Amino acid sequence: MPLKLSFGRLLTAGLLAGLIAGLLAGGFAYLTGEPRIDAAIAIEEQNTLAHGAAGGGEELVSRETQKNIGLTLATTLYGIALGGFLATAYALLRRRLHTSSDTRAALGLATAALTGIVLIPWLKYPPNPPAVGDPATIRQRTISYLALLALGLVAIWAGVLAARTQTQEWRRATAGTLAFLIVVTIAYTLLPATNEVPDTFPADLLWQFRLASLGTQVVLFSALGLAFAGLLHRLATSKPATVDA
Amino acid sequence: MPKAPTVRPLAIPAISTRLLLTAAGVTLLLLALAYLVAFDQGALSRSGMYMHELMHDGRHLLGVPCH
Repeated sequence: MPLKLSFGRLLTAGLLAGLIAGLLAGGFAYLTGEPRIDAAIAIEEQNTLAHGAAGGGEELVSRETQKNIGLTLATTLYGIALGGFLATAYALLRRRLHTSSDTRAALGLATAALTGIVLIPWLKYPPNPPAVGDPATIRQRTISYLALLALGLVAIWAGVLAARTQTQEWRRATAGTLAFLIVVTIAYTLLPATNEVPDTFPADLLWQFRLASLGTQVVLFSALGLAFAGLLHRLATSKPATVDA
Repeated sequence: MPKAPTVRPLAIPAISTRLLLTAAGVTLLLLALAYLVAFDQGALSRSGMYMHELMHDGRHLLGVPCH
């Protein structure tokens, strides 16, 4: 007899998985990202001094608070939101995932999300440390970023649809890959490029920051998928007494 | 060797109007949360730029466009 599951239970599992993933991502970001952010801010301050400009005024939040509480709060809340999205997507899409394994379904969704909303945007709009980026273009950059995030998910969806038109495995893989790449190529071509890194900014610091940022999100999505799959498995192996109507 | 526990396949809730409405409501709340962390410039938080500045490092490291 299959165990009947309510949406509330799925959602709780997703939110909890997101909390765990967010905390882990926060720890990773603190260790790999903060040294780079500090280095970037030091460069910014040096430039400001060199140009004789006035300081940035009063600090709203101290650097220490930003680095510890602020960073962890951001990754944790973001993780919880993503966990909720994953659980909702799982509830609505589970029947269409064509697998009998709940673990594969959960990990498949998390992998698709990592590819569509992290890897695809990262390659065109790699994140920048503080001190890089023109505040005047924030609106346009945010719109482009969100558009690419949505198109990343469309690319995954197109790949799955194309793969399902074929029966042989190699044809499925080829059709899926081609459809995915076509959508990504169109998105990359149509969306505007941004080049706001000053020539004087150290290239190795920029690269290290971008890797730390990618790593943070990979940790976040990996932990989210694994924790969600684990919690689903726990629900599946729980005693019948906990069965939800 | 430990005995493997019984794994029963999970039956997820059937797609109904009620589920869709609940899911839509939950999604809106989650979007507001994600917006607060990643894109708010003080419009939602009503605390000026406090929340923005507090979670500033997280925004940069989560790959979201920032000033």
